[in-house]
Amino acid sequence: MKIIVAIKQVPDRDAPVRIAAGSKWIEERELQFAMNEPDAYALEEALELKEKHGGEVIVISAGPERVGTTIREALAKGADRAIHIVCEDLEARDALGVARLLAAAIKQENPDLVLTGLQSEDLGLGQTGVILAELLAMPHSTLILHVEKIDSGIKVKRELEEGWFQSIEMPLPAVLTMQSGGNKLRYATLMGIKRAKTKETRLVAAGDLGAGAASAVVLERIALPRKEKSTQILPGSPKDAAAALVEKLKTEARVL
Amino acid sequence: MNIFLILEESGGHIKKSSWEALGAALKLAPAESVTAVVLGAQTEALAAETAAKGVGKVVRVEHPLLAPYTPDGFIISLEQLIRAEAPAYVVFPHTYQVRDYAPALACRMGQVLIGDVTGVDDGPLFTRQLMQGRLNGSYRHSGNGTCFVSVQAGAFRAVDSGASAPPAEITKFTPTLDATQIRTHPGEPFRDSAQTVDLGSAQRIVSVGRGIKDAEHMGLMQDLATALGAELAASRPICDNGWLPMERQVGSSGQTVSPKLYLAVGISGAIQHLVGMKGSQCIVAINKDPDAPIFEVADYGIVGDLFEAVPALTEAVKAAKQ
Repeated sequence: MKIIVAIKQVPDRDAPVRIAAGSKWIEERELQFAMNEPDAYALEEALELKEKHGGEVIVISAGPERVGTTIREALAKGADRAIHIVCEDLEARDALGVARLLAAAIKQENPDLVLTGLQSEDLGLGQTGVILAELLAMPHSTLILHVEKIDSGIKVKRELEEGWFQSIEMPLPAVLTMQSGGNKLRYATLMGIKRAKTKETRLVAAGDLGAGAASAVVLERIALPRKEKSTQILPGSPKDAAAALVEKLKTEARVL
Repeated sequence: MNIFLILEESGGHIKKSSWEALGAALKLAPAESVTAVVLGAQTEALAAETAAKGVGKVVRVEHPLLAPYTPDGFIISLEQLIRAEAPAYVVFPHTYQVRDYAPALACRMGQVLIGDVTGVDDGPLFTRQLMQGRLNGSYRHSGNGTCFVSVQAGAFRAVDSGASAPPAEITKFTPTLDATQIRTHPGEPFRDSAQTVDLGSAQRIVSVGRGIKDAEHMGLMQDLATALGAELAASRPICDNGWLPMERQVGSSGQTVSPKLYLAVGISGAIQHLVGMKGSQCIVAINKDPDAPIFEVADYGIVGDLFEAVPALTEAVKAAKQ
C-alpha cells in the first residue's frame, strides 16, 4: 500500500502564547514547534499498515523552512520519504487554501490511502482531511481509531459520540482522519535518526502547485479569551495553599 | 435573508445541540427567516417536532439512502437543496457527524466552513477558539455565496420557545440520489465493553491531565482521590496512553460530568475537556501555567508544581478529616 500522511508542525503545547503586533497571529519568534499529535497517530497507523502489508509511507507537510525538523522526525520514525511544500504564508490561507496545496502535491503520487490527524492543535479546524477527500474525489471517514485492509478496500473503526463506535467499509483510494489513542506512538530510534539523513525530502514551492486562490474566510484578529468566572488563586507555599483551599472548599463552597 | 439550520437527530428526536445552533442562527436573522432542515429516510415525526419550535419553515429532505448517515448521501442531498434555494447562511450544530461532512459540502460550494463557533457578533464576526482554548479568533466570511457555520455544543442557549406560535409550514424535498454514489458502507453502532464506571453520578472527581507526565505518578493522584472519597478521571491523552481506562475519560469523546467538586490537576483545559465538566458545581484547578484555559472556568486555583501541590493537598484533606 502506498500511504501518504499529511503532518503539520504546530507550536509546542507548553510554549508561551503571545499575540503578535497587529493581533492577526501569535509571535512565532522564540517559539518551540512540534509535530501535531493527532498527525503522529496518523503516522503511527501508516507505519503499522506498512509493516503488515508492505508498501511505502510518504509524509507531506506545508510550511516554512522550520517544518523540516518535524519532517525529519517522521522520517526517523520510519517514513520512507517526504514532500515539503515550502510555504511562507501558511497562516494567511484558509482551510481550503491549505488543502489545495496538499491535494495538488498528493495527486502526483497516486496514493492508495491518505491519512492525517483529525485536527491540529493550533487552529483546531478539523477540516483538512475532509476537504482533501473532496478535492481528490476519494471517499473518506473521520475520527478513525483503526484501519484494517480487506479484499474490497479497507474496514475502519470510527469513534461516534458518547462511547459508541462503528465499522465502515470503503474502497481505496480513500482519505481518513485519525483520532488519538488507537495505537501507541513509537519513538525514533538512534538508527532511525541516522537513516533519516539519507532519506529523500522533495521540496516543492507552494507557487509551483498552481493552487493559489482567494480566501473564503478570513481570520480578522485574535485575542485572549474573556474569563467566565473569577478564579480565587490561593497563594503561598504548597502547604499553605493546600490548607487554604481545603478551608475554602469546606466553608465557602461547602463541597467537603 | 434566508438561513438554513441543519438539524441532527438521535433516537428519534432532534438533539439539544441543534436547538443551541438555532440560538446562534437567531443572532443572524429573526426566526421567520430560519428554514429548519431534517434529513433521513423517514422524517415526518422529526419535522412535526421541529415545526412547533417557532422557526419560519421546515424542509424534510427524505430519501431511503439517507439512513444510515453517510457523508456522500448527506453532501449530495444538501448540495441540491442549497443550490436550489441559495440561503445566505447554513448553520449546523458542531457534532461528530457534521465534522464528517460539512467541510466537504462547503468545499463543493467553493466555500469554507467556519467551524466550532462559540460567539456571533456584529459584522457578522464569528468567534472560535484557537491554540487549545488559549486564544479566541474572530472570523469573517469574505466574498459572495453561502456562509457555512457550525456551532459549538453548550456555547449558546438552546431555543425552547415557539410553543405558542402556530406550527411552521412543512415541505418535502426529495434529492436525486443513487446507491452507486454512496462510497462508504457503515455498520451498526457498537460499544467496546460494558461501562463499569458511571462518573456521571460521582459527587467528587479528581481528574488528571498531561501535567502528570508519567504513569508512575498516577499513585499521587489516587492518594488524593482516596483522601477526598472521589472517583479518579482524566483528560483524553491520559487514557490514550493507557494510564487510566478509556471509560474514565471526561470530555467530548468521553463522559459528561457535573459533580459537586471537580478537581482538575495538570489539565490545561482544551474545549474538548471543558465541555465534559464545566457544569460542575465547584471547579478547582492545579496547574503550573497561570494562563491555562482551565482557570477560565475554575472557582479556585493553585498555580504551581502539581508534584508539590498534590501531596500537600492530600495531607491537608486528611488533616481536615481528623
